Amino acid sequence: MTGADLFIVMIAMVGGAIRVSTPFMFVALGECLTEKSGRINLGHEGNLVLGAMVAYAGSYTTGSPWLGVLMAGCAGLVLGAMHGWICKLPRVNDIAVGIAFMSFGTGLAFFFGKPYIQPSAPRLEAIPLGDWTGNSSVAQALQVNPLFFVGIALAVFLWWAFRNMRWGLILRMTGDSAASAKAMGVSVDLVRLLATAAGGFLAGVGGAFLSLFYPGSWNEGLSSGQGLMAVALVIFARWDPVRCVFAALLFGAAGAIGPSLQSIGISQGYYFFNAAPYILTLFIMIASARSKGAAREAPGELSIVK
Amino acid sequence: MSAQMIADTATAPTAKRAPSLETAGMTKIFGPLVALDGVSIRVEAGSFHALLGENGAGKSTLVKCIMGFYAADRGAVLLDGREVDVKSPRDARDLGIGMVYQHFTLVPCLTAAENLVISRADAPTIIDWKAEMPKLEAFMARMPFQVPLDRQVSTLSAGEKQKLEILKLLYLDQRFLILDEPTSVLTPGEADEVLGLLGEMAARGEITVLMISHKFREVKAFCDSFTVLRRGRLTGSGDARTATVAEMSSMMIGDTEVRERAERVMHNDRAAVLELAGLCAEDEEGRLAIDRVNLKIRSGEIVGIAGVSGNGQSALVEALAGQRPLSDGGIFIHGKAFEPKRSDFDRFKVFGLPEEPLKNATVPRMSVAENMAFRAFDKPPMTSLGWWLSPGPMRRKAEELISRYRVKTTSPDSPIEALSGGNVQRAVLARELSGEVDVLIVANPCFGLDFASVAEIRSQIMEQRNRGAAVLLVSEDLDEILELSDRVAVMSGGTISYVSPIGETDRNTIGQHMAGH
Repeated sequence: MTGADLFIVMIAMVGGAIRVSTPFMFVALGECLTEKSGRINLGHEGNLVLGAMVAYAGSYTTGSPWLGVLMAGCAGLVLGAMHGWICKLPRVNDIAVGIAFMSFGTGLAFFFGKPYIQPSAPRLEAIPLGDWTGNSSVAQALQVNPLFFVGIALAVFLWWAFRNMRWGLILRMTGDSAASAKAMGVSVDLVRLLATAAGGFLAGVGGAFLSLFYPGSWNEGLSSGQGLMAVALVIFARWDPVRCVFAALLFGAAGAIGPSLQSIGISQGYYFFNAAPYILTLFIMIASARSKGAAREAPGELSIVK
Repeated sequence: MSAQMIADTATAPTAKRAPSLETAGMTKIFGPLVALDGVSIRVEAGSFHALLGENGAGKSTLVKCIMGFYAADRGAVLLDGREVDVKSPRDARDLGIGMVYQHFTLVPCLTAAENLVISRADAPTIIDWKAEMPKLEAFMARMPFQVPLDRQVSTLSAGEKQKLEILKLLYLDQRFLILDEPTSVLTPGEADEVLGLLGEMAARGEITVLMISHKFREVKAFCDSFTVLRRGRLTGSGDARTATVAEMSSMMIGDTEVRERAERVMHNDRAAVLELAGLCAEDEEGRLAIDRVNLKIRSGEIVGIAGVSGNGQSALVEALAGQRPLSDGGIFIHGKAFEPKRSDFDRFKVFGLPEEPLKNATVPRMSVAENMAFRAFDKPPMTSLGWWLSPGPMRRKAEELISRYRVKTTSPDSPIEALSGGNVQRAVLARELSGEVDVLIVANPCFGLDFASVAEIRSQIMEQRNRGAAVLLVSEDLDEILELSDRVAVMSGGTISYVSPIGETDRNTIGQHMAGH
């Protein structure tokens, strides 16, 4: 491998990390918000796929991809709110409900999404950040979608709000000690319902990115478990939104190894490299399960922590 | 205080003054149980009032009705002589009635400052910490005791948490404080400090305190009036400074017969049975929960381990029971290495009564008979051929133990979780003490039990000692340790910092060692 090849691989990985990480980022932020309230929503895979379908359909019907993004968010919001509402019923297990919603969301998307597989919908426009370099591979890699920046801004905002805003503190309180929240007159169920709904909205937006930007079409094999891996990612990021962004970038870069090696003609182990994010998930889960510090930062009310 | 004066204080503008509180004919019924039966108490403004009673006497129900957790079936709450309608804890807060619960209501992941600010009803949407911190520091400086504001609550000690709970109420400008056994997590020194300072604030007319307590010593030392409840009824009230402990306790217990405590048999020097050599174990986060614990217990001796909760006592009992792996050190019984597993428990005749026995020593949904057979179900006569379990002998054994240890249960087949706390305790004791006992490990055996059960369980422990068992007693109740032990050891910071024969020490010395001095 020459120096030029290495440069191309690196640039392709940076570009890939930015592209691939965005849906991870949104789902992880949504999951982070939900888990901070003391509830876990494993159904974000369903939100993601339904969001992708709704965004594509919305963009096709209205002609505006951004309207599609909003509709995807709303679809996720509805799924999230349903999850939140069912979980507040007595003796309902949030993990089981989440798995049901995973199937429900994807099933719904496949059912209504059939007519939209063929047609071509308007996509989201990227911001060309690398054109000034005059290097085509750099320009290609730095075609950054505005949603990427929205995600980063959102992460920083959440990080700030968890410390400096009333609702942020109440959310953390609810997630860490429901008894304290109740003693303060906070409605735990309502806080969790809102957090799960808002988290669902973000996961839906993550789905919109899949169908409207990268890969940029709607089909049934669109998501490859990003929604589920985002849950692992939140644990890895120890429930910190800013760390979620870095974790998402890391996953994105891992996912971009295969395609970027292929771009310089190395196709050996292509499938192995494609599996990199999943292998990474496995190792991260093992490492974080062994980490004793993680136990301290986990919201105390989470059913996986109790 | 004359009726006229009371009326005057009620009508005067009392914004920042301590209020008085009365309940009139409070009644609360849970299904068939009358938890409160027309209880009327009166707490004068600026007084430090004790609410006494055994477990299940209705003290918690009464304060929960005052706080708006429960809606009383009948009765009213009068604040400064006026009837108030408290429907929820939020209403109580708005009226300036605050409560410190036995369990902490602080949020562990928030800092002390965050906990204080968020507890305010008018917490701003965006919290300007640059402006809030100086205000909080100024508030803290005015208070009789301090807690570091920037520390995460989960890193504070139990005493600091308790102080912060009280500070939170004062921060919210609540002038009627209800404290539910506030000193159970404090060292005697800390307890005296906190209660003393609250007493001074009450004497200055800044606050009124209603304290639920079991400890006569504290009531005598700090309270100026008291009320006693028994089985949901008011059985007495009076001036705490003039009433004697005997009077108060007879109001609490009534005429229940209490079994005589077993005599303490004096043994001559006997051989050490249980030896703990440099025991170390880690907590969930990898920090040392117990750090090189060394202790020898002789046959026919009770060694009481005192300490403020959370100093490694629970971890020590868990390590001895096999619930927590040892990271270093060894346990020896009669000089032979002991591993906390079922075969060794049997071989060395080690028995135990852990704290919270329903959680730690029973399977709640299995029957009383099955739970009582845990030590013997795999041996004859309950098992034949090494694998065939016969329910007949199991049931007969259970019936025998139930009658001998007076376990109150509807049948040996009812699930053990249906029993009251004291009866679960008795059932586990019956199982553990029915054979020959060489080593007995007991943790907080009387926590949450009524007077009669306490006396009975303590006498069972004493009987085992007299028969020659080596007894390790871990207790958060210093009185229990002083009553039962032959030697006292104090645990602080995960290690045993002080050991002394009972005759050569006193409450103060032990208290100082508990505080880590």
